[in-house]
Amino acid sequence: MRRFYVVLAGLAAVLGIALFVLLRQGGGASAAAAGPPPTVVDDGFRGYTMGSGDAVVEIIEYSDFECPFCANFATIQMPTIKQQLINTGKVRWRYRDYPLPTHQYSRYSAHAAHCAGEQGKFWEMHDQLFYNHQWAQTGRNPAGLFRDFARNVGLDLQRYDECMTAGRYASRIEFSRQEGDQLLVNGTPTFFVNGKMFNASRATSDAFKAMADSIIARTPPKPRPPADR
Amino acid sequence: MRSRQAIALLALVGCFVALYLWLHALGVGGPLQCGTGGCDTVQTSRWAVFLGLPVAFYGVVGYFVILVAALAALRPAALVQRKWNAVLLGLASVGVLFTVYLTYIELFVIHAICRWCVASAVIITAIWVVAVVSLLRDHVSSDSY
Repeated sequence: MRRFYVVLAGLAAVLGIALFVLLRQGGGASAAAAGPPPTVVDDGFRGYTMGSGDAVVEIIEYSDFECPFCANFATIQMPTIKQQLINTGKVRWRYRDYPLPTHQYSRYSAHAAHCAGEQGKFWEMHDQLFYNHQWAQTGRNPAGLFRDFARNVGLDLQRYDECMTAGRYASRIEFSRQEGDQLLVNGTPTFFVNGKMFNASRATSDAFKAMADSIIARTPPKPRPPADR
Repeated sequence: MRSRQAIALLALVGCFVALYLWLHALGVGGPLQCGTGGCDTVQTSRWAVFLGLPVAFYGVVGYFVILVAALAALRPAALVQRKWNAVLLGLASVGVLFTVYLTYIELFVIHAICRWCVASAVIITAIWVVAVVSLLRDHVSSDSY
């Protein structure tokens, strides 16, 4: 019987050490991806777009993946906007980053989206981050969860990990934020319709539709190229 | 006696598995070490909280209670008391039912599997099997008297 208690105590000690090691592993969110970069370079990138390149109306959204208002907008208004305006060719949507300093994982989440964008899955990651927004309320390190999102959208995880560890798009995200500052963005989400700031309190799918329809009605139709004979 | 010892050892391992998940839920340590599983998807879902507390907390309490019961059943005076087999089976059955519910949620609602949850499911099932075998042996030996 005494031998059993020795085994039990030994097992408890081994498990205790294993638990300690497990808790110390991981290191959390890559600092390169989670913080501002040391230098900011304009690489010419001006945001991911959705919709026709010929659309008369372009709406730019300055957004923050950790922002609850942005998540509400993305999950409640955006599906209708996509259906009524983007898929119909009326509007081209452009997403720009505006990570707020009050949010711990804004830059990190933006970076996860850009690393997905590198593999052609920006909008899929965008949806994962906004539709599973409970991560933003827990305050917990979301690195593992974002990796799950990356797996869900079919990313090459090795490339995703390399991108996140290197903080490859930290400069691009900061450039977007600085650009937002120049445009007097002071909160998220902030919208610009054909370059003109749109009152965010009216940012509903109906309001965007009314605005887009009025712009389209006032825009003369493009001259059609002569038909081939 | 061997079966009660086995249950105590399994409960100890289960307790540490649940403790790891609970500490993670409390924000201790980095991301869950999960291999290719969807641990964070499961742990951040709304089903990871039950009656206001992290599910893993119930795991810690449950395994600890089973461990204490198994150690109590290993006291010299308790070794001859057959009721302890029933007590251990009852506790393990509660754990198995809770695990079946959680595994259903993982597979059919969240559509993600957490390896640590699978480990816990295997451990509680093993405890249940040992407790059933122990109780059945108990009945067979009492019938033969």
